[in-house]
Amino acid sequence: MENEQGKTGNYSSELIDELKDKARKIRIELLEAIYKAQSGHPGGSLSAADIVTALYFHKMRYDPQNIHWDKRDYFILSKGHAAPVQYAALAELGVIKKGELDYLRQLGHMLQGHPDRMKTPGIEASTGSLGQGLSIALGIALGLKIDKEKDRKVYVMIGDGEMQEGQIWETILKAGNLGVDNLVGIIDYNGIQLDGFVERIDDISPLKEKCEAFRWKTIEINGHDFNDILYALDESDKREGKPIMIIARTVKGKGVSFMENNPAFHGKAPNEEQMKQALQELGKNR
Amino acid sequence: MGEIIKQSLRESYAKTLIKLGKEHQNIVVVDADLSTSTKTALFGKEFPDRFFNIGISEQSMIGIAAGLALKGKTVFASSFAVFASGRDWDQIRQSVCYNEVDVKIVATHGGITVGEDGATHQSNEDIAIMRILPNMRVIVPADAFETERVIEKVYGIKGPFYVRLSRENFPVIYDKDYKFELGRFDVLRKGKDGVIFAIGKEVYESLSAAEELEKEGISMTVINASSVKPLDKDLIYQYAKEFDRFFVVEEHQKIGGLGSAIGEFITEERPIIIKKIGIDNIFGVSGKADDLIKYFKLDSKGIYNYIKTVMGG
Ligand SMILES: Cc1ncc(C[n+]2csc(CCOP(=O)(O)OP(=O)(O)O)c2C)c(N)n1
Repeated sequence: MENEQGKTGNYSSELIDELKDKARKIRIELLEAIYKAQSGHPGGSLSAADIVTALYFHKMRYDPQNIHWDKRDYFILSKGHAAPVQYAALAELGVIKKGELDYLRQLGHMLQGHPDRMKTPGIEASTGSLGQGLSIALGIALGLKIDKEKDRKVYVMIGDGEMQEGQIWETILKAGNLGVDNLVGIIDYNGIQLDGFVERIDDISPLKEKCEAFRWKTIEINGHDFNDILYALDESDKREGKPIMIIARTVKGKGVSFMENNPAFHGKAPNEEQMKQALQELGKNR
Repeated sequence: MGEIIKQSLRESYAKTLIKLGKEHQNIVVVDADLSTSTKTALFGKEFPDRFFNIGISEQSMIGIAAGLALKGKTVFASSFAVFASGRDWDQIRQSVCYNEVDVKIVATHGGITVGEDGATHQSNEDIAIMRILPNMRVIVPADAFETERVIEKVYGIKGPFYVRLSRENFPVIYDKDYKFELGRFDVLRKGKDGVIFAIGKEVYESLSAAEELEKEGISMTVINASSVKPLDKDLIYQYAKEFDRFFVVEEHQKIGGLGSAIGEFITEERPIIIKKIGIDNIFGVSGKADDLIKYFKLDSKGIYNYIKTVMGG
């Protein structure tokens, strides 16, 4: 098993299977929520599902019973429109009630269109205006440094389209210069943004070379292969005096054939027929 | 009420842009990865050489627009109102307004009727932060016909403009004969008991409220105040002589919006009470547009109740 850098993990098949099944459930739940709301962003939620699963159900120091635990790791969803994937994970963890997912984006309920730390338990920072979450994450990471809380880390997920924001690069510059090694960026490199393909609208490649030039350690992985994901997350534990950027190759809409690589499902809910097919493909009654 | 015909302001914008684009080679359009939503993609399809999707980079979009304008282009720049006015405010101030360049920011998805996306995407402060800028002019059309006239008009007047459109389709108020004049309001309904100034969707909601109030014996004038900056000072002054109280309705924070603009002008001239119907310095929430407009009491019923209470009906 080798990824592009010639390295990948070799984790127990029990663990991998467990995470795969968790991710499958999360995909089903986030899609059902978007379907009921008839509103939301399926594509970028599905592409992020495996990584978010690996973080919440394996990697992060996190206690669902005590979400304010003062030793926890942070997760910031800079691409806030993928909120449904985080909501589904929080519901699976029991941080929020599963029933809340039925009221995604509805008036009078907690699950806002974009993550809202004042309304939803488990959200560390409100996001939704793209490009801002990475800076917030760097701020938290610096705060942890000041307070000498060496064991804690900050994970932040960024969209590939979001990488076009100037603020992202300002923060990449700063974090690299500061050598903040408790900050882990994860780029959900699914190749699609709102209007279409990233490459055609405003290409961001080559990401590895760019990030390294800005003094980050980079790890390129397949963002749907748990051996790869866990390997990259463990690798990012090594403190080498640099922030870490995990460049995760993903598929927008992953897991639902007609959504995969389809820009039309960036911000559109499935209809009844599509939903039926999606649930079948994801093995709803498995 | 009869059947309400609703039309898209965004589509009207795009259609008008294409029409103008055919007539005028100097029109260039820029967008920041929202062209399928703002509808500028339609212009891009027609005129690929005069359209740039800058990417999710609102700040550079405005800077690039300023540069294009310095080279003699008339530039239309679009994104959601919250990003078009907020993310790039300093670029608008320095590169566009201070340079007095020919950039028209046409923002879609203004106000709370953005709906389900929630607070981060609902723009309830844009009018305040745009109208405060020197050289900037601010227009909020009330329907698709007015949108067309406004886009034509701002093309013909050099310098910065901010035009605020919406995500929702609006009930049609005007027809193709409507004429828009910069610095002129439009009196849509005359009443003897009081006056309502409204913008955007609230023009229709205010008209409906006025119809209901009429049944209660309260007769209201309703004015479309789409030219938020410059204001129609003559008209405001005239009504301030007639009434000692104005109602102002807008899908915007009460702080800094149309109500504030009217107040800033008229209170230099005369004492007057201005009752603002808007958003009370809070953030929006997720919900369906129709639910939200009721929740914030910006539907015709909310306006009706407010005015009836104030007027002691
Ligand atoms: C500052 C800002 N500009 C524009 C938007 C509107 N918007 C929401 S999602 C999106 C595309 C995001 O693409 P990407 O980061 O690649 O996310 P993904 O493909 O993973 O969903 C855009 C332009 C926004 N939320 N914030």
